[in-house]
Amino acid sequence: MSTIHLHRDDEASKLGMWLFIFTELLLFAGLFIVYGVYRYLNPVAFHLAAEELSVTVGTVNTIILLVSSATIAMATTAIRLKNKQLTILLLLATLFLAFMFMTNKYFEWKGKFEHGIFPGSEDLLRLGHGDTLFFSLYFFMTGLHALHIIVGFVLISIVCYRVNNNSLTANNPVLLDNSGLYWHLVDLIWIFLFPLFYLIT
Amino acid sequence: MNKHSDNHIVPYRLYIQVLAGLIVMTILSVAITKINLDTLTVFAAILLASIKSALVLTFFMHLKFDNKLLQILVISVFLLVALVLFITFLDYNFR
Repeated sequence: MSTIHLHRDDEASKLGMWLFIFTELLLFAGLFIVYGVYRYLNPVAFHLAAEELSVTVGTVNTIILLVSSATIAMATTAIRLKNKQLTILLLLATLFLAFMFMTNKYFEWKGKFEHGIFPGSEDLLRLGHGDTLFFSLYFFMTGLHALHIIVGFVLISIVCYRVNNNSLTANNPVLLDNSGLYWHLVDLIWIFLFPLFYLIT
Repeated sequence: MNKHSDNHIVPYRLYIQVLAGLIVMTILSVAITKINLDTLTVFAAILLASIKSALVLTFFMHLKFDNKLLQILVISVFLLVALVLFITFLDYNFR
């Protein structure tokens, strides 16, 4: 293995990751426009529907994601300082926080379902057009975001496994860096989802 | 130049400080929306979210320590998206 010359371009990998992030940004920007326009057309219904969401749960989840972003950022420092144990610890902390976020999300959605609020439910249809739009967008956008959390969880798990078996070290930390970038993107999107759905009522 | 950006190790302390700033701004944005300021509430929430995302991009996503090409690329793409959003809403508000 050591005789084979492995060509590697970390700058290009990073640039590729950023290009992917740009496409993700466009995907969510489109949804933000849809949200903004429908909110403008149904101000009263959106106002009342947004008050159904718990600000406390939203705030807790925001802080959980922010802390998880900090822990994976610190992991990129730890691996460069060749501190394998701390790197793994920080990655596990990130995974734990991601799990906490999803648990909160699960109970939040479960609560809505039990109140008869889910896409296509009869209660929602009775509430009217504006509420249906608000909750459809709420479920779609937070659902798509949650899907990104799951992908990030898998990605960070792979990084964690590879740090543990020494195939990802201070010499080739680019996979950790790119997973970090992806995780920060998930955080960035949530930074905008949180005020739009939970705060502006 | 590239080697320099590759070798830059960000101290843990900086990440903790950025995190503290982000959490303070989150609590601030929740507190602001508790007071009713009409359209200003929306503006304040978006402004705080923008400052928070700038912090995430600059420090967590390492842009401050990356090479010029990437910095210019990311800033222009994010500005373009912000502009598209802004113009769409401007259009809807004044039609």
